[in-house]
Formats: sequence, structure tokens, C-alpha cells
Amino acid sequence: MIDSTVLQVVLPELILAIGAIALLMVGVFMKNGEAAGRVVSWLAVGLLIVVGIAVFEQGGSATVFNGAFVSDSFTRFLKIVILVGAALTLLMTFDNFTRAKLLLFEYPVLVLLATLGMLMMVSANDLISLYLGLELQSLALYVVAAFSRDDVRSSEAGLKYFVLGALSSGMLLYGASILYGVTGSTSYVSIASAAGLPEMATNVGLTFGLVFVLVGIAFKVAAVPFHMWTPDVYQGSPTPVTAFFAGAPKIAAMALLLRFTQAAMPTAAPQWQQIVIFLSIASMALGAFAAIGQTNIKRLLAYSSIGHVGFALVGLAANSADGTSGVLIYLAIYVAMTLGAFACVLSMRRGDRYVESISDLAGLARSDLTFATILAILMFSFAGIPPLAGFWAKWYVFLPAIKAGLYPLSVIGMVSSVISAFYYLRIVKVMFFDEPAEAFSPREGRTSAVMALSAFFATVFVLPFVGGAIVDAATAAASVLVSAHPL
Amino acid sequence: MTIGLGHYLVVAACLFTLGIFGIFLNRKNVIVILLSIELMLLAVNINLVAFSHFNGDLVGQVFALFVLTVAAAESAIGLAIMVVYFRNRGSIAVEDINMMKG
Repeated sequence: MIDSTVLQVVLPELILAIGAIALLMVGVFMKNGEAAGRVVSWLAVGLLIVVGIAVFEQGGSATVFNGAFVSDSFTRFLKIVILVGAALTLLMTFDNFTRAKLLLFEYPVLVLLATLGMLMMVSANDLISLYLGLELQSLALYVVAAFSRDDVRSSEAGLKYFVLGALSSGMLLYGASILYGVTGSTSYVSIASAAGLPEMATNVGLTFGLVFVLVGIAFKVAAVPFHMWTPDVYQGSPTPVTAFFAGAPKIAAMALLLRFTQAAMPTAAPQWQQIVIFLSIASMALGAFAAIGQTNIKRLLAYSSIGHVGFALVGLAANSADGTSGVLIYLAIYVAMTLGAFACVLSMRRGDRYVESISDLAGLARSDLTFATILAILMFSFAGIPPLAGFWAKWYVFLPAIKAGLYPLSVIGMVSSVISAFYYLRIVKVMFFDEPAEAFSPREGRTSAVMALSAFFATVFVLPFVGGAIVDAATAAASVLVSAHPL
Repeated sequence: MTIGLGHYLVVAACLFTLGIFGIFLNRKNVIVILLSIELMLLAVNINLVAFSHFNGDLVGQVFALFVLTVAAAESAIGLAIMVVYFRNRGSIAVEDINMMKG
């Protein structure tokens, strides 16, 4: 018998699940295809806002369904970030999808289902709920990657994403099955207590399972060397879909990683720290070097996102409450800036044709100074130039790493941050100092609003009541995760 | 000779490795990749059921049922994406999936 307190804990997910199915019905029963797409998209944005309010209204910590589902300030922080990311990307789709004749009602429904999967991933406290949340998210994402059905690039992106995504799910699952066998349970709490026994300290099976699960999650966050799908999928998918991919799913996968490492595997910290440090260094280095030669801005942002995942992992490598809150701050800032950057990409339009190459931005400052300024602020912020948000993001992940004595990691991180500044600043140079290319068509209101909001956030983060509030919320969220499972 | 947990784990490990090699070494077509993915998931199921039996704990079998269900949904979506790809490209050979590079 499920009582009402259980339902209160899962209320946001329930609203989202029922809402997504209801919107599917609305879409099916509306005659006009494009009108249905428009109505369902707006309703989906509304639904995400309602779910966000439901998450915001929750309080305290609760674990339900035999410990499989947990709700605390850690999950609430990340769920809000995910919901904001999903809602804003939906807002940015209208104009692009209308022109591409893709404004179909299936898209918002799939985004809602993927978001539901992400919320479940964030709340997962058991290997089964981890897997189910992850698959609900991934299956919806495979489909949206191939959403532009008549475009060979989009279907190729979908196919690549599917194959590598399924491979990573398989790896994760294999690791999960071994962890289950070695510890005798799928629940994080029981795994942590079984793994903490003295005789398990040298257990090969435990390490084996841990490695496989980490590889699976590393695929999902696109950490090097499991990043190969990212540039192709980012480039091939329709741009609004790429904007969605770059934000919310990474947050959910990072949340999975944070909770899995710190709640299920606190005693195996020396093992996973090595892996995380390796992933982090490799991602930061590849993100810095591989993006230099890119001419397509979506591909460039893909490599940039790989680099940012590396920076976020620095906080996890520190394995402390400060490090975890650093990761949360990094993720929140990263999502805000990425949404803005993709809003800029979505505004690069000449007539009915969307352009994606960096040379198309040439001399933008002369035709549209506002656009160029906003994109420049975002690029400076990505590069980590103070006092913009991107600088503070790096500050909050590197400080705990230095405190934890991870000097080589920190030095490599900062060097790759400097190298990556080259390609961010090159975009600024192209916009302000190159001979003008043909001007873009007028920007669309909603997309412009998102990019302005993002640049505004990047600029005002330094103010105590903006940045301070986020830092406080992240610190509270991280302390829940660490204090519930003392390291 | 009694068949113990170790035997099941070895079979599952062999199947899983075959699945991974099937994905990476296969130069023919995408359907073989889908088969390989199924093989990996079935290897996991053998693991789960074997552990469940030898640990005397039912959760593993429940997990295996979930994995079966999700695997069915996954291959349905994989086939659907493959059909869409074939319509656009006229081929499902692995070496033809190369529109984007670098």
C-alpha cells in the first residue's frame, strides 16, 4: 500500500510522467500538425515550470520505495537546474523548428520524458533505479538526436549516439551486476556498508564493478576517452536538440556520478579518485587542444563541453564536501552559459538558412553589436576571465582540489584553461576585428531573451545575492550528500 | 563436476566480451551491432540471475526482468533509427556512416 507521504516525495516526477502522457494525447487528438506542435510545446514549458515549483516546495530529506528513490536538498538543487535547462531549450526551439518544418508535438513530449528520466537519475539511490532512470533518458535522447528525419546528418547522429549509448549502458549494467553479486544488494546504502567491511578492502570484484560503472557514466558525461560520439552527435543533431544535449543530460549524469561515488562507494575512494583524476586531465587537455582547429561552432562547443566536464570532475577528484559543492556550482554556471551560447548559434540565420561556421560570425559587431557583445561576454566567461561566472565556476572546483593536495591536477587544469582561452577569444576576435560577412537576419525574441539572460547571469554572478545564493544552495546540497554518508 | 557460480560468470564474461568485440571489430552492417548489444545485455542477465541464485536473493532476478524489458525497447528504437538512416543514405554498412568527421 502506497501512502500519501510517499506520493509527496515523488510528486514532481508523478506530475511530469502524467503530464507527458496527457500532452501526448493532446497532440494526437489535435488535427493540425504545426498547431499541435506549438500548443504542446507551450504546455510542456508550463508543465516544466509546474514541476519546478513542485520540486521547490519540497523540504527535508526522504527515502522511499525501499531506499530506491531519495529526495533531499542535493536532488532539489540539481532538479531545478535540469528543469530550467529543459524549459529554456524548449523555448528556443520554436523558431528553428518552424522553419525546418519540425515543429511536431512528439518533440516536446520526448523532451519531457527525457527530463523525467533525468529527475529519476538524480534521485536514484539503487542500481535498479539508476539504470531505469538512465535508460528512460537515453532512449528519449536517441530519438530526438535523429529527429530531423529527412536529414542524413541527423539520422547519422542518432545512429552513432544510439550505438555508443547502448554500449555504455551495457558496460554500466555489467558493472552493476558485478557490484550486486559482490555486495549482495543493489541499494547504495547496503553496497556502501558491504564495501566498507575489512575483508572487502582487497576485493577485485568490487573494483572491477566500480570501473565498469564509471566507464558507463563517463560515456554519458562525455569524458575523455569516452567522448568520441560527442562532436558528431552535437554537429549532426538539429541545433535546438544539441542545446538540450549540452545542458540537462550532463547534469543528470554528473549527479549520478556524484551520488554513486560518494554514497555507494565512499570506502573505495582511493580507487575511483584515480579514475576521476585521469578522466579529468584527459578531458581538460582534449577540450583545450581539439577545439582549436574547429571551424563549425557546434563542433567547437562540443569540444568545449568535453573540456568543461573535465573541469567539473576536478571538484569530484577532491573528494570533499567543498569539492562536491564546487561541482554543483560548476554545473549550474555551465548550463546557464551553454544555453546562452546555443541561443547565439540559433540566432545565426540568413533568410531561411541557419549557418554554423565560425567565419559566418565575421564582423558581427558592426551589424549587430548587442549580439556580438553578448556572445563575447559568454566566450570570456567560458574562458574563465574574472569577474564573469565562468571564473567563479573554476575557482570553486580548483580551490578544494588544491586543499586536497592535488597539485598536478590543478596545474594541468589551469594550463588547459589558458589554452582553451585561445579558441574562445578567437571567436571574439572574429566578431570584432574581421572584415564583415553578410549580416544575419533579425533575431527571434525568445532566443534573444535566453541569450541576454545568460549573459546577464554570467555578468552578475559576482554579486553576493546572485552568486552567493547559488553557492549557499550548492553548499547545503553537498553537505547533505556527504554528511549522510561520512567519508 | 558441479556447475558453480564461477562457470556462469565465465560464460557471461565471454558473451559480454564477444558483444564488445562485435561492436568494434564489425565491418559489415549495423544490424550486427544491434545483435552485439543484445548479447551484452544477455550476458548481464546471466550474471544477475546467477548471482541472485547463489546469493539467495531475489532482487537480481527482478533486475534481470527490468533489463529484458528495457532491452526490448532499446532494440525497437535502434531498429527505428536504422530504418530512418537507411531511407536517407541507402545503406547501413558501417563504413558508410562517415558523413561527419574530425
